Amino acid sequence: MFEEPSHKESILLHLDPRIKRVVVFSFSIVVAILNRIPVLLCALIFALLFVLTAKVSIKELIKRLTPVNMLVGFLWLFLPFTFPGKPLFYLGSLSVTYEGVLYATKISIKSNAIMLMMIVLVATTSIFTLGHSMHALRIPQKIVHLFFFTYRYIHVMKREYVRLVNSMKIRGFKAKTNLHTYKTFAYMIGMILVRSFDRAQRVHNAMLCRGFKGNLYSLKTFSIKKRDMVSLVLVIVIIIVLGVLEWKKTI
Amino acid sequence: MEKNDLIVHLENITFSYPGCKPILEKLNLRFFKKERIGLMGPNGSGKTTLFHIIMGLLKPSAGKIEIFNTPAESETDFRNVREKIGLLFQDADDQLFSPTVLEDVAFGPLNLGKTKDDAMKIARNTLSFLGLNDFENRITYKLSGGEKRLVSLATVLAMEPEALLLDEPTNGLDDKTRLTLKRVLSNLDLSFIIISHDIDFLHEITDSIYTLEKGKILFDQEVHVHQHIHAHPHGAYTHEHK
Repeated sequence: MFEEPSHKESILLHLDPRIKRVVVFSFSIVVAILNRIPVLLCALIFALLFVLTAKVSIKELIKRLTPVNMLVGFLWLFLPFTFPGKPLFYLGSLSVTYEGVLYATKISIKSNAIMLMMIVLVATTSIFTLGHSMHALRIPQKIVHLFFFTYRYIHVMKREYVRLVNSMKIRGFKAKTNLHTYKTFAYMIGMILVRSFDRAQRVHNAMLCRGFKGNLYSLKTFSIKKRDMVSLVLVIVIIIVLGVLEWKKTI
Repeated sequence: MEKNDLIVHLENITFSYPGCKPILEKLNLRFFKKERIGLMGPNGSGKTTLFHIIMGLLKPSAGKIEIFNTPAESETDFRNVREKIGLLFQDADDQLFSPTVLEDVAFGPLNLGKTKDDAMKIARNTLSFLGLNDFENRITYKLSGGEKRLVSLATVLAMEPEALLLDEPTNGLDDKTRLTLKRVLSNLDLSFIIISHDIDFLHEITDSIYTLEKGKILFDQEVHVHQHIHAHPHGAYTHEHK
């Protein structure tokens, strides 16, 4: 769950992380507001090209796309039946509407295209470079700190969780559908919350002891190279073309 | 010893956690420059609490704290204290919060207003002083327990403190890391107080051992060299003595 993907050698690996962030951000916004299926398909193909360039393994892709598509699957369960429009066919007494199917299709393409770009981003940039690039893009310090601390302490939390689960296991705990199970899980979650709170306090104290005054400093400096500029311009142009295709209804 | 050499002067410190009996009661402590003190005491006797009071992380309900001959009361006072006294926490995971080792060690110097380059230089020097030269780009949460402890010590030493408070530094360390720690601490030209249950370790690197019991410090335990017969962990094979 917390594993970083392996960073394979590719052009994208060496691009400035700020550029990658800006690109993925603008791509996501544009794709989120696109509304015509042909244009959306173009965006999906575009995202797939990126996935190929980044050499993301199929296993990795499946692992990361599954959660998103489970959510999308739920939408497919409801949207075609509830969206008002002209009926496409009937399932018993329920009508499946044309508009509903279309809407669900759009959502599926959009979410997958955006997710693919996100996967490319994390597959070609290490987590802490990502954090530093946020800092360099002048994203508010608090958000950057939140990002770093989540990354650092999620492992500690996980270890604490595993410790609790193990201590339950060695005393013969088996999850069943009864009050004892619910109570035990409630205790466990409560314990994790209390421990995280204590941990947060101790970390803050440790930071105070080292002169923390509310600023985190980044040791990383980034420099934009020609390669970065060229890729930025190229991708932004493609994103604009996507927008124009949508707006002018040319395809 | 002269008054000018006083690092920490605690007078009649009383502290209690909400809803509990006082854990420290009218405690007095004088900690001078060049002193190397070991502090022992049962679990829950308030040793860590005492350190946190010295650093201003906890406020005593009564008593006077003077550090480097200046009274310390407000958060601002303690900010200055924290620049001169380093505290090594019991759990290294509390101390190391940056993604990489170098960033974590440079965090203190940067807070002290050093430039990025200076901070990196200090961090690298400190790491190499501790024999951790190749560690700068290691990910902190992936370090082993012993490595975490040494890197934590580096983060504290990088602030170039005048005194150290070490909270159970040998806890959970293997013999090798324990030796490294011992070597580093004996080579340091710093005054320190060490909390530990490891009496052998304290005998080797401190000049006097105090006990914290029933809310007060007992000063009567001078360090005497004496012999023990005990099971030797390396008895079964040849080994070096340091």
